[in-house]
This record gives sequence, structure tokens and C-alpha cells, in this order.
Amino acid sequence: MSYYFAIIGTQDNPLFEYEFGTAKQGGDGVARFPEQARHMNQFIVHSSLDIVEEAQWAQGQMYFKCIDRFYNNYVSCFMTGGNVKFLLLHAPSQPAIANTSRASTSIAANPTSPQTEEAIKQFFTEVYENWVKTIMSPFYHVNMEVKSPVFRSRVAAAGKKYL
Amino acid sequence: MSAAKAARQGEEIWKTKIDKVNAELVTLTYGTIVAQLCKDYESDYVEVNKQLDKMGYNIGLRLIEDYLAKSGTMRRCANFKETAEMIAKVGFKIFLNISPTISNWTTDSKQFSLIFDENPLADFVELPDDGRAQEELWFSNIFCGVLRGALEMVQMQVEAHFTSDVLRGQESTEMRVTLIRYIDDEMPVDDE
Repeated sequence: MSYYFAIIGTQDNPLFEYEFGTAKQGGDGVARFPEQARHMNQFIVHSSLDIVEEAQWAQGQMYFKCIDRFYNNYVSCFMTGGNVKFLLLHAPSQPAIANTSRASTSIAANPTSPQTEEAIKQFFTEVYENWVKTIMSPFYHVNMEVKSPVFRSRVAAAGKKYL
Repeated sequence: MSAAKAARQGEEIWKTKIDKVNAELVTLTYGTIVAQLCKDYESDYVEVNKQLDKMGYNIGLRLIEDYLAKSGTMRRCANFKETAEMIAKVGFKIFLNISPTISNWTTDSKQFSLIFDENPLADFVELPDDGRAQEELWFSNIFCGVLRGALEMVQMQVEAHFTSDVLRGQESTEMRVTLIRYIDDEMPVDDE
């Protein structure tokens, strides 16, 4: 399973992006997007913004679960109170699908299973907590790109912990 | 006054006589001041440090009165060591609810360090990554001015500066305080 995580500001401007792979089940935490598809991630994530904006007023939740799909790429969304969007693109690695001998409950194989939704929710919640701390810094301005290495390492830690 | 007694006294005053405000109000207000100074002086951090020190000095000149009123100790400290204890265990305690650790005394007892394990002014803060702020800006420099101003009003001329700061990625936040001299009461010139 490979992940691409992006934070989108209120002007639909990217604030932060981070690519990682699963650390569960012996994963090494390295993203394995096919080379010819990797640069598409940004487009896929941004193209789901329309759906996010449609969904955002429909429910009182911050976590929208999996809201969009593009072939084998699933996009989950979390929206902060300040209208900043956390978007997580997750792409199951191909071999996991071929494994039909038994219904696997692992996060890697089922991008829309309740377990996966829950894991992603925990990931988003942890990132959200760190996000709030980061934007409380007096040197941060609204819609400014987040360059903080501390925040990056905390996102990485959350990804490792839950995904 | 012994260190333990000073700590008790600080605790007592903090509990009974002090009006509390939300810590984030303090943190965010101070953070905004520093950020605004950085903007006003176009990231001339040396100048920002100076301004913070000056602001602190003006606070200190008045804050000492408040400190004396609240602590009710109308008695001179016997020596500079006691002064240090009172600053750390009572002064910082009643105004910020922190007690920095005193260490690294020089043998002549004129110089010590305050180690800040926690610093309410610097919560959430990350210094700008323009390559200079990490080297030049002392974010909490207002403390130096406060000590300088307050001690000047009780006849002590001191020099205070930060030597390290966790915000810069260093291990601890340390301020060095040096006693320059006790100011004698001087007669004005030409006073009959």
C-alpha cells in the first residue's frame, strides 16, 4: 500500500505534501507508486476537491471517509474547522488484490473496509492535533506552505503508527 | 532564606494572591509581538532582540513593585545567591508559574544560569527558517530586560543574556545572569 498525503489550503493551494508507504505487515514505509503514475497523484487528489466541497456541508462530520476513486487510487478526506482539507490518496499494491484465497482484513488489501476507515481516521486525528500546534506558531500565516520539519516528522510518525 | 522556603513561599503566593489568565492568551500575545517586531524591523533580529530587551526593561522597572507587594518581603537579600533563589522560586513562580533551575555558579558567586525547563512564552513557536533566525533571534529576550529592570530598582546592576534556546534546536534554554555591581545611593551633584 502506498500513500500520498496532501494538505490543501482555503484557496485550494497546496500547503504540505508527503508520500509514504505502509509500515504494517513488514512494509518498509516506502511509497511504491509506479513511476509513470506518480506525478498523477497531485492531479487525482486535486480533482477530488470538487466532491469534497459538495460533501462538506452535507454532513456534520470532519472525516469524510473515502470520497473519491480513480482506478486503483482511493482518496479519503478530513476537513478542519478552518476549511483546510487533509487529503489522503491510498493505492493498494496490486498483489494484494490477487490474493483471493481468503477475505483479507488487512488495511492494505481493503481500501474501503471499516478497519481501513478507522485507521485513516486515527491518522487524520493525530495529524490534526499536530496541525493545530503548528499553525499556532506566531510566525505562521494563513495559507502559508508548511515547511516545519517537526510537523513533517510527526506526520511520518502518525503514518507509521496507523497505516 | 533557604531554597525550599522560597519555593514554598512562591507556591503559596501563586495559589492565593494571583489572578490567572489563560496561558494561550499570553503565548499568542507575546508571539504576535515578536512576529510583528520581526516584520517591522525587516528581520533584523539583532535589533529585535534589543527591542525585546528594552520592552522587558520597562516592564521590570514597574514589575518589581508588584513583586515586592505580593511577596511581602521588605527585606534585602543577604547575598546574590539569595537573590537568585528569590528570582527563580518566587519571581518566576508568581508571574508565570514556572521555576527555572539555578546552576553554574561562578566561584565568586556573581554569575549564574537560569535553566528554563518550560517556557510559556515559547509554546507552539517555531522560528522562521530563513537561515538567520536560528542564529540570531533570542525569542524570549524580554526576560533579560525584565530581570535587568527589576534588579536595577533594588540597587543591583546586572547583565543578562540567553546562551542557548530549545527553539534553536539546542538542548536547553539557558539564561546567564551576571552581577556587575551593587548601586550605591549616590548624592546628586551639587547637592548641599
